[in-house]
Amino acid sequence: MTASFDPTLSSDDVLRRRASFLQRIHVDAPLLLLLLTLGAVGLFVLYSASGRNWDLLGKQAFSFGIGLVSMFVIAQIEPRFMARWVPPAYLVGVALLVAVDVIGHSAMGATRWINIPGVIRFQPSEFMKIIMPATIAWYLARRTLPPSLKHTAVALALIAVPVVLIMRQPDLGTSLLILASGAFVLFIGGLRWRWILGALAAFVPLAIGMWFFGMHQYQKQRVLTFLDPESDPLGTGWNIIQSKAAIGSGGVFGKGWLLGTQSHLDFLPESHTDFIIAVLAEEFGLVGVCLLLVVYLLLIARGLTITVQAQTLFGKLLAGALTMTFFVYVFVNMGMVSGLLPVVGVPLPFISYGGTSLVTLLSGFGVLMSIHTHRKWIAQV
Amino acid sequence: MPQPIPLKDHEKDARLVRRRVIFGLAVVLLLLGVLASRMYYLQVIQYEHHSTLSENNRVHVQPIPPTRGLIFDRNGNIIADNRPSFSLTVTRERAGDWRSVLDVVVDVLGLTEEDRALFEKRVLQGRRPFEPVPILFELSEEQIARIAVNQFRLPGVEVAAQLVRYYPEGAHFAHSVGYVGRINERELAKLDPVDYAGTHHIGKTGIEKFYEDVLHGEVGYEEVETNARGRVLRVLKRTDPVPGKDLTLTLDLKLQQAAEAALAGRRGAIVALQPDTGEVLAMVSQPSFDPNLFVTGISFKDYGALRDSLDQPLYNRVLRGLYPPGSTIKPMMAIAGLDAGVVTPTSKVFDPGFFQLPNVKHKYRNWNRGGDGWVDLVTAIMRSNDTYFYDLAHKLGIDRMHDYMTQFGFGQRVSLDMNEETDGLMPSREWKRSRYRQPWYPGETVILGIGQGYMQATPLQLAQATSLIATRGKWIRPRLAKSIAGEPPVDENPHPDIQLRDPRYWDLAQEGMEMVLYGARGTAKRVGDTATAYRIAGKSGTAQVVAIKQGERYDSEALAERHRDHALFVGFAPADDPQIVVAVMVENGESGSGVAAPVLKQVMDAWLLDENGQLKTEFSPTLSAEVAAP
Repeated sequence: MTASFDPTLSSDDVLRRRASFLQRIHVDAPLLLLLLTLGAVGLFVLYSASGRNWDLLGKQAFSFGIGLVSMFVIAQIEPRFMARWVPPAYLVGVALLVAVDVIGHSAMGATRWINIPGVIRFQPSEFMKIIMPATIAWYLARRTLPPSLKHTAVALALIAVPVVLIMRQPDLGTSLLILASGAFVLFIGGLRWRWILGALAAFVPLAIGMWFFGMHQYQKQRVLTFLDPESDPLGTGWNIIQSKAAIGSGGVFGKGWLLGTQSHLDFLPESHTDFIIAVLAEEFGLVGVCLLLVVYLLLIARGLTITVQAQTLFGKLLAGALTMTFFVYVFVNMGMVSGLLPVVGVPLPFISYGGTSLVTLLSGFGVLMSIHTHRKWIAQV
Repeated sequence: MPQPIPLKDHEKDARLVRRRVIFGLAVVLLLLGVLASRMYYLQVIQYEHHSTLSENNRVHVQPIPPTRGLIFDRNGNIIADNRPSFSLTVTRERAGDWRSVLDVVVDVLGLTEEDRALFEKRVLQGRRPFEPVPILFELSEEQIARIAVNQFRLPGVEVAAQLVRYYPEGAHFAHSVGYVGRINERELAKLDPVDYAGTHHIGKTGIEKFYEDVLHGEVGYEEVETNARGRVLRVLKRTDPVPGKDLTLTLDLKLQQAAEAALAGRRGAIVALQPDTGEVLAMVSQPSFDPNLFVTGISFKDYGALRDSLDQPLYNRVLRGLYPPGSTIKPMMAIAGLDAGVVTPTSKVFDPGFFQLPNVKHKYRNWNRGGDGWVDLVTAIMRSNDTYFYDLAHKLGIDRMHDYMTQFGFGQRVSLDMNEETDGLMPSREWKRSRYRQPWYPGETVILGIGQGYMQATPLQLAQATSLIATRGKWIRPRLAKSIAGEPPVDENPHPDIQLRDPRYWDLAQEGMEMVLYGARGTAKRVGDTATAYRIAGKSGTAQVVAIKQGERYDSEALAERHRDHALFVGFAPADDPQIVVAVMVENGESGSGVAAPVLKQVMDAWLLDENGQLKTEFSPTLSAEVAAP
């Protein structure tokens, strides 16, 4: 592991005396505090959004507990040990995605789950959300930065395989998130600006060409509806009209907890899953939304701090990509519900109902904690 | 240093990552700012707007169903209309305890438990929140009044006016135009839920089904403000629906009625079409039924009566009725024989009253047991001589026969726009091997020569094959739509024309068919004698229903009647300038020339003659030539 070898480090510099109890059990206190805050806010909003459904709340709390355990366990694993197991994990993940693809097609329908009845049931694409950035980080950490054309190409190929498989499920939202998580590693790894700008510049004429020469009228219509859901007020646009009404009617201070009318009268579809921010905005107003944004910002800031302080390149790349991906979740979800972005199925982290997403997110933060708390303690000069 | 050292520069890497992280943080701050401003825009600047929308749950999106396109006959007579009809709707979300509201409805209107069960089923099919679901159609004045008086007991219940399909011509076009009916669960799963939001009917059969996309139109919607009780106060925004396109059919109401009258109550099928355009002028399948019964849901009793009737009124005999074509295919066989070179215009066959395969004892009999002596091709068509065609078929062989008959449209769907049409059957060696796992026997070829054996054709296919004789091989698919909102339909899968070695073969087949009616020994001479205003070229045929064993007897006369052969007659007129092709099938009519031919003549008369019994000027070649000259 050349990447984790730090020539400036000598055993004399290692100071363990400052390690507190939390650090010894590999938990990062600021992260934990912020996560618990978000979890509590989530349950609080969910209680209202689900129509005071204690069952649902219980399930969500249980998932949060599982997530915390998973986070704690992952935080104990040393990053260098993680890095060793990343390539096989990537291969296993891809194999599972292929298996899902095969099973899904033989069952004549879309499926995203691996299901062995009575034993285990999970989505390989969730697993991929952490493995994807880890794989690219593992690959780039062993190369010179910024990555050369060849290494960039290999990294893009590694990203493309699972992304295409997940797109085939079909699950556009998740595949784009996984694409983003891998791309962020490249970005943080210093992918040259002119390549980034070049790729963007190449995309524009390509899209224009597709639009005018490669698409049928009905396909164009679909794209237009996707980009502007309000042109289809009986389909996806209905959700957006209702969620905007919910958010807007919240005003500055909101209608108060449990007093949102849009969500409680079933006007707002999926009010406890993807559209839950509309419930929060309706009941707690602009103030509530801004406070939530502040909590998210603090979480992201902590994640980026961990990135900068990480001692290994692998740790830096992975921590940075996980944090940025987390931000994408927040932005895409809130952008979509408030009518800024097209509707793709992305839950709001820690607030939307859904156990799988909770466990994955908390596991991701477990990785951050591991990166941060397994550092060799160096005297601060 | 001259050489670059292949060592990782960790400090440099860390600086690079740090720069990228700072950039990332800047983007995060910027985008969070965007989110916050978006929320500010919605919650502060647009607060009034959204707050009013949300205040009373006022904003509803209601679909406005498009008006279904109308259907006209070729002269602009309306065949499928939309008629306002009042229906009772329930909006589940506003009804509160909707099951007890249904109880009140049943009570107020004096309906039965059975109706209530049906209502409950219909309400549960409701598709989106706050959508009124119709549960009872065609309310009477009295029912509307009763509902109005009891409105206070019926929250969420409304009387809604909507346009419902109506077929003013009733049974006349039930088999060609078809009908619409309520969308069922299976159809619902396949439909675009947005496009059909608010639409309750869909084309089930015939033209209504085939041109569903065209007739349906595009859904519109309005955003409406309602009060807490769901009453619409104000329309905020409206997008009008695009009504379905009107269809003009090729059918002619008068000819259709005349053709039905010509059958005089007998069971049977008639197709009349224009040979040069493929336009179907009349399409009769008798008995028929009233399509209006199906529009708002037919009762079990009525449906059972239609389904179980011995006369099978629901059965589309023109498109789905499969009959051995019998002697009606002799003109096409003659063309096949001539083009393949197995017979010539002058070659003759001696008919002793039967045909024998070499070295086989079995005798294939001519219908005329005495035999016709030496017959050539034209005489063979005129006399419907079986022996000649046994011989021709034997020489032609099954493979070439299959090839030629396929060119005439047998064994495949021939129409442009008729849903229900079946393929029929033109047998071949491969077909028999896969169907029966048996080789093809020469005897089977022999009887195919006179249209017996495995071969099966619909009346439409017979009309099309006859039309090909009339047009000398020019293929144009029979069609029911003349124009769709002004545009003629397009055949995207045109059938190649029939090319003969010598186009004069067509003349021989036409001559033979003309002789059937006007030859001294023509099989339909009696009808030919009455058709003098113009000349008909035709061919009779008999389709066996059941092989009745020798000596078998039936007790009931009525049952025996249904085992008689079907009578067939096909033809076109005027013989020298074909304007109309007609195929007639009379169920259990026994005699093609005796029963079906007079029907055919009546249909042709109705199309070609004016009130004075003279050929209409537009069909008269000399007169129309004068008109055409300036």
